[in-house]
Amino acid sequence: MRAFVLAVFAFLYLPIALVVLFSFNAGHHASEFTGFSLQWYGKALSNPFLVEALKNSLFIATTSALLAALCGTAAALGLQRVGVRTRALFDALLGAAIVVPGVVIGISTLVALVQLFAVVNPFLASLWPTDQPPRLSLGYGSIIAAHGLFSMALVTMIVGTRLSSLDRNLVEASSDLYATPLTTFRSIVLPQIMPAVIAGFLLAFTFSFDDFIVAFFVAGAQTTLPIYVFASIRRGVTPEINAIATIVLCASVVLVLLAQWQLGRRKPSP
Amino acid sequence: MRGSLFRKNLVTTLLLAPAALWLVIFLVLPFIAIAIFSVGERAPEGGYQAALTFAQYANLPARATAFWNTMVLAPIGALACLLVAYPVAYYLALRAPERWRLILLAMIVIPFWTSLLMRTYAWMYILGGRGIPALLAYVGIQDLRLINTPGAVLLGIVYGYLPLMILPIYVSLERLDRRLLEASADLGATPLSTFLGVTLRLSLPGVMTGFSLVMILLLGEYLIPTLLGGGKVFFIGNALVDLFLQSRNWPFGSAIAITLVLVSVVVLIVANRISTRLSGARRVDLI
Repeated sequence: MRAFVLAVFAFLYLPIALVVLFSFNAGHHASEFTGFSLQWYGKALSNPFLVEALKNSLFIATTSALLAALCGTAAALGLQRVGVRTRALFDALLGAAIVVPGVVIGISTLVALVQLFAVVNPFLASLWPTDQPPRLSLGYGSIIAAHGLFSMALVTMIVGTRLSSLDRNLVEASSDLYATPLTTFRSIVLPQIMPAVIAGFLLAFTFSFDDFIVAFFVAGAQTTLPIYVFASIRRGVTPEINAIATIVLCASVVLVLLAQWQLGRRKPSP
Repeated sequence: MRGSLFRKNLVTTLLLAPAALWLVIFLVLPFIAIAIFSVGERAPEGGYQAALTFAQYANLPARATAFWNTMVLAPIGALACLLVAYPVAYYLALRAPERWRLILLAMIVIPFWTSLLMRTYAWMYILGGRGIPALLAYVGIQDLRLINTPGAVLLGIVYGYLPLMILPIYVSLERLDRRLLEASADLGATPLSTFLGVTLRLSLPGVMTGFSLVMILLLGEYLIPTLLGGGKVFFIGNALVDLFLQSRNWPFGSAIAITLVLVSVVVLIVANRISTRLSGARRVDLI
């Protein structure tokens, strides 16, 4: 069994290792490693389209993860204070946001937004005093909103789990000692859930940064890094993509490890 | 007192409002929108024209190949995942040395959270003309084509979704009461019958959770069949991308999307029934 498990780990990591190795290849050909070089990193980072896509992805991932962390944490706190029915309804919707395949989320958001813009844009135009009214269209906003949906559900789940293992006695003791609810929240609850909030933020960022399929539908004229990489992969495998892939993989690994470390902190003993 | 109750409710509402709005605007309303679209007609220039017809659903057989590929390869892929995942989860939960367990577990979680696009790309590289086929050509096996076959798609599926299958099974095995295993052995059961009667049985909820999660995500999969199936092995996801972004037949695409969601719901319900019948449902944390 040990040998089998070892083989599975090799299966999981060898392909990734290969991509990383060939990103340092001096030669142009994918089949043989001819020497160490950083040229493909240089090429990748001097490609203006790629840098633009990278900047877009960073902006979208940061914004959607921040919004998700705020709204998700608020929702997790709010759900502690409602009845069973409201809770069940929220849980069902949050579960759906996580489990519905990305392709369906992408499509339905696309359809709904296009219909919404078809109504709102003429309306805005009729109200606007000048000839150039603002036009809503697909782009940053729609990607952020669609990514935020999954991310917010994820944050709510992670923070909710932490809240349910929170020591109630501390909260009661605090209010018995005449702390205002806000003080209790700031000095008791917040420090305990903070690692979960940070972990949620990091995972939300990772999700948004890596997502291809949702963004593919709702990106409009914008390009994110995965969309750019997908388009170039379809044109053919180049060592430049290995360099981007290595950067993205490293970033994801660091973020996930940070998230796990945060979740492991101050874990109440069972 | 009334004032404080009012304030409490106000705070609760304010806490829940952003999430509720988000869920309604970007999950519930869009879903209603595609449900309405799915009973509509395609406008002559593409897009949607209001109607009340089931013609789009009646037309589903036009994409039978996509449905067929998905409905065959998704369960086979999920099953293959399960067969690889179970021994790994078993080893991690019951056999791995304590100090290695968390590290090994982290090594399972990391691929799950790294870009599926990049990981699938790695296999394009390996299975493509300059990868394994080129190596095999050295030893005399010529003209072997690996990429753009159902086998390549299946491999990509196992590779991509293995972590998601391992985690829930690990969780259910880890919570297993070890005393049951001892009791079973004390009562004279062979290791095999202990495994079948106790371990496997009690880990079935985890197995069902993993299987249904992987199945549902596979039903909507697009990247793996596109990159490793190269247009020859296409899934429902490919049909949806085509209908929404290329041929712009939104009503038909919506009907397919609704069907996809319904199939997912059926998969979830069946899996849930099976696992609650076998033993109480369990939560699974994805990290």
